[in-house]
Amino acid sequence: MGRRQSFLDLSYGLVIGGIAGLAVLIIVSPVVIALMTSFTEGRSLKFPPTGFSFRWYEQLFDPIQSRPIQRAAGNSLEVAAMSTLIGVVLATLAALGLARNRHKSARVADNFFMSPLVLPGITFGLAALVYFSTLGFRPSLNLMIAGHLIVTMPFILRTTTASLSQLDPALLDSSQSLGASWFYTLRRVTLPLIFPGIAAGAFLAFMASIDNVPVSLFLSNARTDTLPIRMWGMMESTLDVRVAAVSGVLIAAAFVLMLIMEWTVGLTRRMRD
Amino acid sequence: MSVASTALTSPLRGEEKRWRLAEWQLALPLTLAFSALFLAPLLLLVATSFFNDDKITQPGFASWTKFFGDPFNYKVIFDTLLLGLKTVCATVVIGYPLALVFMDLSPRLQKVLLFVIIMPMLLSVVVRTFAWIVVLGREGVINQGLMWLGVISEPLRLLQTELGLVISLTQIEMPLMLLPLISVMSRLDPNLRDASAALGASRWRTLFTVIVPLSMPGLVAGCLLVFASSTTAFISQTVIGGVRLIYLPLVIWQQSLVVYNWPLAAVASLSLVVSVLSIIAALSYLGRRSSRHLQG
Repeated sequence: MGRRQSFLDLSYGLVIGGIAGLAVLIIVSPVVIALMTSFTEGRSLKFPPTGFSFRWYEQLFDPIQSRPIQRAAGNSLEVAAMSTLIGVVLATLAALGLARNRHKSARVADNFFMSPLVLPGITFGLAALVYFSTLGFRPSLNLMIAGHLIVTMPFILRTTTASLSQLDPALLDSSQSLGASWFYTLRRVTLPLIFPGIAAGAFLAFMASIDNVPVSLFLSNARTDTLPIRMWGMMESTLDVRVAAVSGVLIAAAFVLMLIMEWTVGLTRRMRD
Repeated sequence: MSVASTALTSPLRGEEKRWRLAEWQLALPLTLAFSALFLAPLLLLVATSFFNDDKITQPGFASWTKFFGDPFNYKVIFDTLLLGLKTVCATVVIGYPLALVFMDLSPRLQKVLLFVIIMPMLLSVVVRTFAWIVVLGREGVINQGLMWLGVISEPLRLLQTELGLVISLTQIEMPLMLLPLISVMSRLDPNLRDASAALGASRWRTLFTVIVPLSMPGLVAGCLLVFASSTTAFISQTVIGGVRLIYLPLVIWQQSLVVYNWPLAAVASLSLVVSVLSIIAALSYLGRRSSRHLQG
């Protein structure tokens, strides 16, 4: 019995540990390999890369050769910033209005506002294209901001509602009974307390917008495309090695962002809780 | 606010009532924005599907009968759902052991591992997809490695195969599986495992009779997220799957932006919504039932 038990436990350790190791390898290695390939000297995505150079990065940052890519990156940032900003205002207002409302319609409204998270993005993208074309709009950054607003706003509403529900109502009551106006209470008590929730949601929304494909795919044209759409086009056609350089920049950006968030809000701690 | 407190502050009652009304009205701007930019487009999409021609002039059911009269489209729907299912299975088999190991690590190592898991999430899906092109390509790591080892003499075809796509999606969707799993598992009482071991159960038995049932909510949540994301992963499907593997998102894209047959694209995209959401609803129903079973 005892030997059988220890054999079973040993096999458990080997199998579970082995697969977990494989999982880490599968998660990490593609990112590392893509990063290494971006420093190749050659014209192909061969591995191991032939030689070491910054030539693809130099080409990427060349304002003439890589103008469309740089414009796409600018579009991505603009759309993400604007849709997040509008989303923060609308979602915070709605959260304040609905969080304490026990009426059934408040729950219906909440489900309605959350539904873009469940609906396949490509369906909403197509719907937005049909709708805006029927209304006579041509593809523009403003349409894209409107589309991204819908698919990224739920992230802000969710975190803001969550932090509002953790807010002690006694604080609001005491502020009110001490004679503070509704707006003063909002400004000096409610908003500072729910700010971390709003900020976390805004971050998620911004990242979701930067990464969004299905909505941008339908609402952009050659001048208003975002970085993911432009990269998709480059991968579909000639497999330009500059895609590796763009990836390298984005990997570095994600890494830095991750470190900043770890230092400021303790991201890994929050995710675990 | 209870009835007693409003009765006590009766002079304020009228003001408070106006107050309530104002609070509720704060949701109006978002309601308007969602009605105009979300509900109206979706209703129009449903309406568009009931037109017969690509000029959208003759109302009728021809687009529906055309789409569902073609056996090829059934195969596409089936393949799309099957791709989601395979990806879910692969992420569970690979991801669950990692979540188990996570529980046993020291807080310091847990932090490192979480960093490794979350970092790909901050990376664009396009970048993750691109990384797999580099790995799976003719001159990629796997082919070069196998040829160097002498296992194969000709490069294997890994891109534009379903196997390659499932492998890639496993990594691309992995964070969606791991985060709900880890958040549920780290709330489990470690004493349960010790108790199970003290009562003579092997670690395997503890896993299947104690840990798996208790982590079911996280597992179901992860499966739902991975399924929904992988069935609609347009970029990964088109770039890694290529033109030979056809899934519903590609059909929607082709019909709307290449052929410009919007009614047919509308039918295809509504089929995607219905098929994916019905499977998700069924899964979450089963998940809820199993967790209720556990508590009761």
